Amino acid sequence: MKTSIKILLCLSFLALTLSGCGTENEPEEEINREIIWQDEFDVNGSVDSDRWIFDIGTGEEIFGQPGWGNNEQQYYTDRPENVRVEDGMLQITAREESFEGSSYTSAKILTRGTFERTFGRFEARIQLPFGQGIWPAFWLLGDDSNGTEIWPQIGEIDIMEYRGQEPTVIHGSVHGPGYSAGNAVTSRYTLTNGRFDTEFHVFAIEWGPDFIRYYVDDTLYNEITPDDVNGEWVFNDNTFYIILNVAVGGTFVGPPSSLTPFPQTMMVDYVRVYDLEN
Amino acid sequence: MKFLELKSTQLTILAGLLLMFFAQGCERSVDGLEEPDFPANPEVFIDGFSAGLEYYPYEDSRQDAFSVDEDNTHDNSDASMRFDVPNAGDPAGAYAGAIFRDENGGRNLTSFNALTFYAKGTKAGSINDIGFGQDFLGDQYAVTRNDLKLTTNWEKYIIPIPDPSVLTSSQGLFWYAEGPEDGDGYSFWVDELKYENLPGLAQARPAIMSGNEETQTSFIGSNTSVTGLTFTINKANGEDVTVGAAPAYYTFNSSDTGVATVSEDGQVEVVDQGTAEITATLGDLSASGALIIESIGNFTPAPTPTEDPEDVISIFSDAYENVPVDFYNGFYEPFQTTTSSDFTVDGNDVLGYENFNFVGIEFNQNVPTIDASDMNFLSMDVFFPDEVPANSTLRLTLVDFGADDSFGGGDDTDVATSVSNPTLLSGEWIRIDLDISGMANKSNLGQIVLDSDLGPGLEGETFYVDNIYLRR
Repeated sequence: MKTSIKILLCLSFLALTLSGCGTENEPEEEINREIIWQDEFDVNGSVDSDRWIFDIGTGEEIFGQPGWGNNEQQYYTDRPENVRVEDGMLQITAREESFEGSSYTSAKILTRGTFERTFGRFEARIQLPFGQGIWPAFWLLGDDSNGTEIWPQIGEIDIMEYRGQEPTVIHGSVHGPGYSAGNAVTSRYTLTNGRFDTEFHVFAIEWGPDFIRYYVDDTLYNEITPDDVNGEWVFNDNTFYIILNVAVGGTFVGPPSSLTPFPQTMMVDYVRVYDLEN
Repeated sequence: MKFLELKSTQLTILAGLLLMFFAQGCERSVDGLEEPDFPANPEVFIDGFSAGLEYYPYEDSRQDAFSVDEDNTHDNSDASMRFDVPNAGDPAGAYAGAIFRDENGGRNLTSFNALTFYAKGTKAGSINDIGFGQDFLGDQYAVTRNDLKLTTNWEKYIIPIPDPSVLTSSQGLFWYAEGPEDGDGYSFWVDELKYENLPGLAQARPAIMSGNEETQTSFIGSNTSVTGLTFTINKANGEDVTVGAAPAYYTFNSSDTGVATVSEDGQVEVVDQGTAEITATLGDLSASGALIIESIGNFTPAPTPTEDPEDVISIFSDAYENVPVDFYNGFYEPFQTTTSSDFTVDGNDVLGYENFNFVGIEFNQNVPTIDASDMNFLSMDVFFPDEVPANSTLRLTLVDFGADDSFGGGDDTDVATSVSNPTLLSGEWIRIDLDISGMANKSNLGQIVLDSDLGPGLEGETFYVDNIYLRR
């Protein structure tokens, strides 16, 4: 069954490419790209616990002080007010409210322990929130080998980071030993038409041996290779898991202001991971 | 500053034109024809006056403040609008201000989302008011951006339209008012003034009461209004732009019209005891902020004074003509906690002081001090709506500024009286008379101070004041 469909697709593609005078190789690659993990967020309610786990709190237990290592101001919860699936979308909502000693709440979900992988195309279709001090992200973090390795040695790939006060700009980065935090390897992508907070855009990386390519809406805007990093390339062996979160405040964005409208919601239509090998 | 007067001749001509216009409109509709479509011409001033555009300076402004400049233009275009702001005290007009109106019946601006222009100044002034919708015909859809900060280079500015769908026949295409900066005049230029449908404007946020939830204690018959009407939009570069918008852009709602009603233009009338929340929408958007009316029922007005007007210098009373006053609450920061919630019941104005510790009423800054040489008393009526706490004393002080006619200088004198429990009763008007017959200097009276220093029980309390006047 599967095979016959593939053949059909190939045939129709052949027809298309013939009539379009295109090259045969590129579409061939597209068609064979296989989804190996996905969440389409089609079932209303809480997020699928087979796919996602939560980080809860302020990070104080992990980092010794609140702020998740970045002076962030939110308390992460798993309450439906902060994270739920509705109308075909994952919705992560940052709220201004007094909660367990914090002034803001939000949510952070991860595939740590449920899905970890080396290489592939990782993509998500997202409409971002808005406002000074709002810091959503779609990113990957390397496995810590049961606590025997620490950041930045484990590696971090930020597919999309965004400042709520810059509604047309996103950032893609890698962090590793010798190039982390303020010295991360980063590039920014600016929309020339439209905004990230009023419409959906697709954020993706294509990651393979010795390269990570960054895309917004299929526009390749950066490629990072071992030549670009000032230290060891830690992205060829370790397995990485997916993280989606909305932080409030923190070193990257600065604090929210009295004019920041709350609540603010990041809407995620889907997250998909494709195999690049086949 | 208010500057909305047109010369009466201009008004007459206008009225005539308007009449003609409406008469025509009526004829058309009788004929069963649709209303005329007004042109959607977005251009106001590109390299000269656009079709139909006329210049109307405010009557008390410097009439020649505006000129067409062919030398200083953006991108070397043919002409720009030049505005010469006069120096303070210029006898020809102490500020620059005008409207630019379409005299062809108006433009259809429904397909645009902002008025845009380039501007620069001879210095980094900030324009007090700039916008559109002022038309000397009711200013129904007026929009104002305040304190627009200029640089000495050409920069592009925008004035967002809160709801373009209502601007089907806009005549007030552009207006501004600007005074001297620290007393000094300067010049600024505006060029490529036009309406645009800008991409990237988003996150529209209308607000009433400046986005705050404000509670007002009121009575049956009280009138108040929804204020702080703003509209904020975010530009693609992340910059928020906030403008003040006329009430006609908003739809107001009262949660209980049995307690308070709100009119289309945001006027609130309290009709019964209870609580009502006034909120608003703008198009499909809910405005942030609310006005909460807490009506405590019938108001007992202060007794109407019976003294002959000849024997009175009135500072605050509806029974007499009042002398000019700088303010009835100086909001002295940081030590003053007293806020004002003045109100009107059945046409009678009342001063409301809340969170009291002290408050100053002044008449010495932009108005003359008061010569009370012939007067013997300062009288006022006070009313405590809540139970008066123990250890409450209200002190009333009248200050004369002496021969130098200004605060300090070693020649200020004052007299005071105070009222304590049990005279300070709740629920009835209490008359306080301060005897000034023995006051040596009372020809340069500058201020009245009310305080709770002698009876701190009053701190944080609410009371009302009416009928403040000097009498023989």
